[in-house]
Amino acid sequence: MATKKSHVAAGLYGDAHTPATGFANVNVGTTERIISAAGGALLTYYGLRERQASKPLGLGLAALGTCLILRGASGYCPVNQLVGRDSAQHSPSKAIKIVQTFTINRPVAEVYGFWRRLENLPQFMQHIESVEQLDERRSHWKANIPGGLLNVEWEAEIVNDEPNLLLAWQSLPGSEVDNAGEVRFLEAPGDKGTEVQAVIHYRAPAGALGHGVAQLLNPALEEMVRSDLRRFKQLMEAGEITTIAGQPSGRGRDKG
Amino acid sequence: MKALCWVGTNHLNVEKVPDPEIINPRDAIVRVVLSSVCGSDLHLLDGYVPSMREGDIIGHEFMGEVVEVGREVKKFRKGDRVVVGSVLGCGGCWFCENQAWSHCDNSNAHAALAEKAYGYPTAGIFGYSHAFGGYAGSHADFIRVPFADNGMFKIPEGVKDEAALFVSDAFPTGFMAADMADIAPGDVVAVWGCGGVGQMAIRSAFLLGASRVIAIDRFPERLAMARTHGRAETLNYEEVDILEALKEMTGGRGPDRCIDAVGMEAHTPGLEHYYDLIKQQIKLETDRPAVLRQAIMACRKGGTLSIVGVYGGFIDKFPMGAAMNKGLTFKMGQMHAQKYMPRLLDYVQNGDVDPAYILTHRWPLERGAEGYQMFKQKTDECVRVVFAP
Repeated sequence: MATKKSHVAAGLYGDAHTPATGFANVNVGTTERIISAAGGALLTYYGLRERQASKPLGLGLAALGTCLILRGASGYCPVNQLVGRDSAQHSPSKAIKIVQTFTINRPVAEVYGFWRRLENLPQFMQHIESVEQLDERRSHWKANIPGGLLNVEWEAEIVNDEPNLLLAWQSLPGSEVDNAGEVRFLEAPGDKGTEVQAVIHYRAPAGALGHGVAQLLNPALEEMVRSDLRRFKQLMEAGEITTIAGQPSGRGRDKG
Repeated sequence: MKALCWVGTNHLNVEKVPDPEIINPRDAIVRVVLSSVCGSDLHLLDGYVPSMREGDIIGHEFMGEVVEVGREVKKFRKGDRVVVGSVLGCGGCWFCENQAWSHCDNSNAHAALAEKAYGYPTAGIFGYSHAFGGYAGSHADFIRVPFADNGMFKIPEGVKDEAALFVSDAFPTGFMAADMADIAPGDVVAVWGCGGVGQMAIRSAFLLGASRVIAIDRFPERLAMARTHGRAETLNYEEVDILEALKEMTGGRGPDRCIDAVGMEAHTPGLEHYYDLIKQQIKLETDRPAVLRQAIMACRKGGTLSIVGVYGGFIDKFPMGAAMNKGLTFKMGQMHAQKYMPRLLDYVQNGDVDPAYILTHRWPLERGAEGYQMFKQKTDECVRVVFAP
């Protein structure tokens, strides 16, 4: 009886022992890990772009970016450790809301229909590897962060489906990535096609610091949603996604 | 392959780069036969277009032979002789469907960058900085042509390479200038700038019904070309007061339509030039609008200003009062190549216009950097130097 009690205490306070798996070193929540890895990749990219590579600011950004990537990949953050913060714990937090709108020069039924076949989404959502429709409502999502540093999977369900008007979904409780979204389809006036508005909610990591980090990286997430929607428009209107990745230049082959 | 790359302000270099490959299903690869310099390249060269990167291949006016097509290219096959519009268009967005190809929503590979600069992204342009898509340009042995079915046009038999070449950019730009000017029969049209585009604007103004065209420049050989090939009357702005001369030549009314074929690096005699040059150098304005100012003052009441000379950013001392109170109409834009090219190829095939006269120098690509220097300094009576890779 006494032994059992001490186990409970160890579990509560987490200072009894450290398992060899290293898993206990995880003190960064999944959403924050994704944000860290993505933001880090972005910073590293900006930092290492040739024009900035020679400048101290460029190197600084790259270094900070690398730290963030490692933080995202390992789930361990020395700063969290120092300040005694652990965002891997689940606690209520604030959601980030992202709204982006594009007009697509195709009929509403076609635009809605393409999106409703969720298997199509990875064609234009850059970080989504696959979406598998499990049944009418539920789907299984796989995503990876640039560089293959972090792979995450979750399940989502469609919570509202009004054909040619609206599609809303949310991740199922217990999912690694807490997100919800809604896409509205509206016939544009003047025979200009379909107005597509996406509203995405991400659950930010817990606490004030988590909220700060989320605020900081919000522009990057906004840019990601916007660039995904732009690719959707390109796919619907042009039949392919516009790119210069792989073309020649004096730098070798362009990455895009 | 070899390609002429932008290395830095006023620094070009022929470099060895990888061959282009088909990337998207609607791409084609073209072997470049002729590729022309363009006045708008000088803005890149002089460092006034901010989104250039070291190693970018420049050049956007070209013709050649198809060597490979992607699986979604329907109209072309290997061996076709083609001229390619300098502006890229997807063909599926609302703008392309309405023939406004240079407004294409989808052809700019760096749309987010263009959005930051201009609010909305404009079309991609070959070899014309990353704000315009970052596409590799045509001063190279080969070039990748995205959306090939829209931007490429077969060159009719009997049309020589040198004539077809300028249907890529100079002719449609000059033609669109005249088209936007809304020329009514009998109108007098003034054209600022007698480079390749200005020469084509003069010819186009007559094709669209102008009774007289008055061409303005300072280089005697360009003015002579405007007279002999364009049947224009000419004014040298270093010799006469342009406002007075235009007034006098039009019975005191002023020209009905004014075309700006110069753009952001305009040259003017006297203090005004140094005022703008200094402000441009210290970044208080990005563009020198001397031609715009003059055209606004010169234009008759209720007339039209048609602007195809390229501007990139901000201008200063813009006489909005004169423009507003005289009720002028402004029309402007990058040209809609795909809209005009079939019609212009007809003109060339029928012998109405042979644009080859603007080609003054034909050089190998190895002399690319030297060619741009000559073109920029306008030495050796150069109007257009064309590279044959």
